[in-house]
Amino acid sequence: MARSDAAAARPRRGRGGYAVLVAFVLLAVFMVLPFGIVLLNALKTSSDYSTHGPLALPEAISFDNVRTFWNLVDFTHVLWNSVLISGCVALFAVVLSVLNAYAIGIGRIRGRLWILVAFLVANLLPQEGLVYPLYYLAKQTNLYDTRLAVIIVFTVIQSAFGTYLLSSVLSAFPREILEAARIDGAGKFRLLWQVVVPVSRPTLAVMLTFFFIWTWNEFLIPLVFLVSNQNQTVPVALGVAQGEHIVDVTMQAASGLLGIIPAIVFFLIFQRTLTRGVTVGSVK
Amino acid sequence: MAMAIPGRRRRLDRGYPFFLIPAAVLFTAVIAVPFAMNIGISLTRWQGVGPMTWVGLKNYQRLFHDSVFWSSFLHNVGLVVAMAVVPTALGLVVAAGLFDFIGKRFGPRTASVLRACIYLPQVMPLAVMGVVWGWILAPGDGVLNSALKDVGLGSLAHDWLGDPNTALYTVMAIMVWIQLGFPVVIFMAGLQRVDPVLHEAASIDGAGWWRRFWHITVPQIRPESYVVLLMCTIAALKAFAPIYVLTRGGPGTSTDIPSYYSYQNFFEKTQVGYGAAIATVLTVLTLIVTTIFIVVQGRHQDEES
Repeated sequence: MARSDAAAARPRRGRGGYAVLVAFVLLAVFMVLPFGIVLLNALKTSSDYSTHGPLALPEAISFDNVRTFWNLVDFTHVLWNSVLISGCVALFAVVLSVLNAYAIGIGRIRGRLWILVAFLVANLLPQEGLVYPLYYLAKQTNLYDTRLAVIIVFTVIQSAFGTYLLSSVLSAFPREILEAARIDGAGKFRLLWQVVVPVSRPTLAVMLTFFFIWTWNEFLIPLVFLVSNQNQTVPVALGVAQGEHIVDVTMQAASGLLGIIPAIVFFLIFQRTLTRGVTVGSVK
Repeated sequence: MAMAIPGRRRRLDRGYPFFLIPAAVLFTAVIAVPFAMNIGISLTRWQGVGPMTWVGLKNYQRLFHDSVFWSSFLHNVGLVVAMAVVPTALGLVVAAGLFDFIGKRFGPRTASVLRACIYLPQVMPLAVMGVVWGWILAPGDGVLNSALKDVGLGSLAHDWLGDPNTALYTVMAIMVWIQLGFPVVIFMAGLQRVDPVLHEAASIDGAGWWRRFWHITVPQIRPESYVVLLMCTIAALKAFAPIYVLTRGGPGTSTDIPSYYSYQNFFEKTQVGYGAAIATVLTVLTLIVTTIFIVVQGRHQDEES
């Protein structure tokens, strides 16, 4: 008994080990299979689909469905809307978070605990409880159906989380560096831009990545605010197109493919930052 | 010198609240005012345009007796199970298996490739995942049904999302698939903190993998479990996008959840006051869930320290 356990503690594969590996590989296949099936069928003609079914390889690679769907929703425009909205939100939300966290984490202003709680609550509030008044206010201020309205709303929502995260990071900022800069005569603005921001750049990069992807993936508020097709984001355009003018099965696969590709591109580009960021988030 | 620094500090600290001014303005306009307005609207009967009639708590009374609301609430409990409870439990086993079984016997590279596959659905917009699964599960010539026919199991073909008896379970299964990657990634990061000596000591004492999992791994990554459960539960309360794309609450109201029900009242039935009441209840529920988690987590931390 004791001997076999001592043997198990050593790296050893064995028959049981391979069985576990097979189980995990099957799970991984199950997780990526839907993406593969989308790709397989998006590049098929609909007659190929109806004769050979969803699991057969395409007779010939055809980009017709992708092209037709692309033009149908004016995907170039939709993609640009998503990039513009997510990019602006990521940038503005990081700037806003830095300003807040500077006052809370470095400035240690009075009542900072309650201010932090307020930011946390603002981040947790369901958007359902804000969406109608926001929709009404946007109509009153002529911001309805503009990308600017969505940018403003998500800058605030994302920076609520950013402030919460960054305040705890900055409250652990080395005090000696701050004192040294102060003795050198740096004012508060110089201290922020020339000392605090450069030193916390890795955290800011993680936040930028997260805000970009989170905003890209948002659905409810963009759906309500961006009614005209020329302002819609990728998830909204695809979500609305589903069941509207989609005619056949393979074109729907093409629409899914167009939604998946940008996300996979971000995943590959940001993977390092992402995994690091997920770890940062879990530690707090 | 020692006297000079505190004095100087105090003078410098005076300017810091200035940095909060942009946030104060923006948070008032985007969060505080709309939040208060929503509560105000929930006390009225209003169609979004025209006159607003004060009705006090009538909307909440109606809510209390509205069977659609209560069933939507139950469906949401189902989504909490599918998005928080099952992925957390399954995620613990998968993460521990990948980390200290696959990782140790087949190398950390194998483990991280498998982890990336499991995490993939998490980087996708929920609405896009809804489009993909709606397409796979479509009735008639949809992928799953055609595939079943191809392999001779045509009798199992079913309108998964269109049958009121299977729609909610189908949505739940899809949500488990979407959500699983999140706990796996968080737990695998957390497992790196666990001292390997604990596992070695336990296996010398003759503890098998499952016993070590239960008595070492699970208690060690309890902080992560709380964070994951909280975040996934809140995500389940806000599962608007998948419901909108997959079922629009249907067939009938068999997959309606409060989040989608409030949207329907706001923008489809133009019963804005009632929609606002549902949204307020959802908000209160979210805050209660958060408070419970924070209190329980704090208590466990006290016990451990």
